[in-house]
Amino acid sequence: MNGLLRIALKLLLNDRGKFATLVLGITFSAFLIMQMTSMFSGVLYQSSANIVNIGAKMWVMDPAVETPQNSIPMPDDVLDAVRSIPGVKFAVPLYVGAGLVKLRDGTYQSATIIGLDDATLFGRPKIIAGNILDIYKNNAFIVVKDSNYRMLGSPKIGTSFEINDHRAVIAALAHTSVPGLFGLPTLYTTYTRATQDMPSTRYMTSYILVQPKGAADIMPIEAAVKRLGYLALTDRQFVARNDNFYEYKTGMGTNILMMTLISFIVGLSIAGETFYMFILDNLAHFGALKAIGAKSTELIQMIMFQALVVGFLGFGFGVLLSSGLIAIAKIRIPNYAAMVTYGTLLLAFGMVGVISIFSSYIGIRKVTRIDPFDVFRG
Amino acid sequence: MILTATGITKHFGEAQSLTYALRDVSLSVDFGEMLYIVGPSGSGKTTLLSIISGILRPDAGRVVVKDRDIWSLDADSLAGFRLQTIGFVFQDYHLFPRLTALENVAIPLILRREPWGKCLADAGKMLQIVGLAQKQTLAPVKLSGGEQQRVAIARAIVAEPDLLILDEPTASLDGETGRKIVAFVKENILNEHRAIIIVTHDSRIYEYATRMIRMEDGRIVPGQEAVYEK
Ligand SMILES: Nc1ncnc2c1ncn2[C@@H]1O[C@H](COP(=O)(O)OP(=O)(O)O)[C@@H](O)[C@H]1O
Ligand SMILES: [Mg+2]
Repeated sequence: MNGLLRIALKLLLNDRGKFATLVLGITFSAFLIMQMTSMFSGVLYQSSANIVNIGAKMWVMDPAVETPQNSIPMPDDVLDAVRSIPGVKFAVPLYVGAGLVKLRDGTYQSATIIGLDDATLFGRPKIIAGNILDIYKNNAFIVVKDSNYRMLGSPKIGTSFEINDHRAVIAALAHTSVPGLFGLPTLYTTYTRATQDMPSTRYMTSYILVQPKGAADIMPIEAAVKRLGYLALTDRQFVARNDNFYEYKTGMGTNILMMTLISFIVGLSIAGETFYMFILDNLAHFGALKAIGAKSTELIQMIMFQALVVGFLGFGFGVLLSSGLIAIAKIRIPNYAAMVTYGTLLLAFGMVGVISIFSSYIGIRKVTRIDPFDVFRG
Repeated sequence: MILTATGITKHFGEAQSLTYALRDVSLSVDFGEMLYIVGPSGSGKTTLLSIISGILRPDAGRVVVKDRDIWSLDADSLAGFRLQTIGFVFQDYHLFPRLTALENVAIPLILRREPWGKCLADAGKMLQIVGLAQKQTLAPVKLSGGEQQRVAIARAIVAEPDLLILDEPTASLDGETGRKIVAFVKENILNEHRAIIIVTHDSRIYEYATRMIRMEDGRIVPGQEAVYEK
């Protein structure tokens, strides 16, 4: 390493109090930013679980539906109307609802019931035990083996219980890629059985899943569905609508944003202030270096390097701490939604970057303005 | 001549607070000289030192050091000139408190981009010369005033400057230590390839001068120059 940078590093490390304050301040800031944004992106991710797990290209729904967490049933004739839209390769109904499961020991447990189109089973999960065709057996349900599976008493193939006062038998075990947001177990069955067993409203179709013939058909289908008085969205659009709902309509996103900004400002002020004090402490010595013959660019390099070192360390510790905590929480709370993504890392990195740049900027301003003559005069 | 300054003028402040620190000062220094600049406080000694060493720009006048008109250089070249040619001992030392004595001494070499190991090795030799071989790894605060001064001198000479400049080097030392240090500098550092300029008003060290000039009120007092045995 360049000798001057080495000196810069020693000046920084040997001032242990300020060094620790700087790193801790940035760690704290990066940690909070990571925690909040990871929690939020986890919530967004899991709230889109059904969209991802079912995997349909297009979704038709009541225009008032904001998120796949709930649905508004549509009359049966909508399905026929959608099927007759040009550009629709096929369209199938989907039932999504809640069922009350009465376990063997007499306790009750809520579960998400998904009813797949009887003819095609479109949107079926990946089977990990048993056979998908067993879904057609009497009272058959397929249970998803995720972190909520044990809430149903970890049923095996053949285990039976009651759902909404109807007998239910586990016919197979399945796996889905994204766990749901609310920590409920999920049971798949056929559309017919789901709508027979869960009678609640007159209408039963929660969503209509549509496969367009080609990408060019998407826009016309959306327009045609709109004329029917319903809303058609591609899976991406549905995810975006869900994100938008959580970000703005629940106020969660705005709050997270504000708290992230506050953590940023706290980190900025702690680090900025401490770095400024550090520079002030060393100002006369930087002046002496200048008198001896250091160029301004060399002093700037030293200061930027110091700011960079604390920035990287703080970011590293913050990310380690936050992902460590999330990992531990996930072991203890299987449904813990937080998720470290490239986006959250990038955001925290960017904010720490701004803190470092700001700190070095005020240091550089100070140091480039010292007059070595003042140092010489004492 | 190692240094020739002609017609140096420098003022500070404006209107009411305007003071002339230097008025048309001319000065030449030859190789091998240990020149003392003496005079009362406020007479312009530090200002003159700063101008001839490339730290403070004069209002008027020329400074030629080893055939270079230093005030015609741009800021970076001037910094380079100071690094290559001048060794500074500041009045209050300005050692880095968070570096060891050894690292402090190595700084001019590090600024010259010499390899780290060589910087430290040369700095170590220099500390040995000033009698601090045992104290290389100590921080400056662990050293006495005289030892700190010797570290500062080691730092000033480690890169073998042509011109060594000391501003009131004995101001914060007791009489005996001050005399020892100046005697040391004269014996070990002064030679026919370089010159030393010392600003002081400490009469206890006058005996080491090879020439002495007196300043008063921003001028060199004529007829007060004294030349001694080298
Ligand atoms: N930066 C400055 N601003 C204003 N006045 C200054 C400055 N530096 C020096 N002076 C004035 O210039 C004169 C000479 O100062 P200086 O060279 O420090 O004297 P000496 O070193 O002989 O004590 C003094 O009157 C001092 O007050
Ligand atoms: Mg002075």
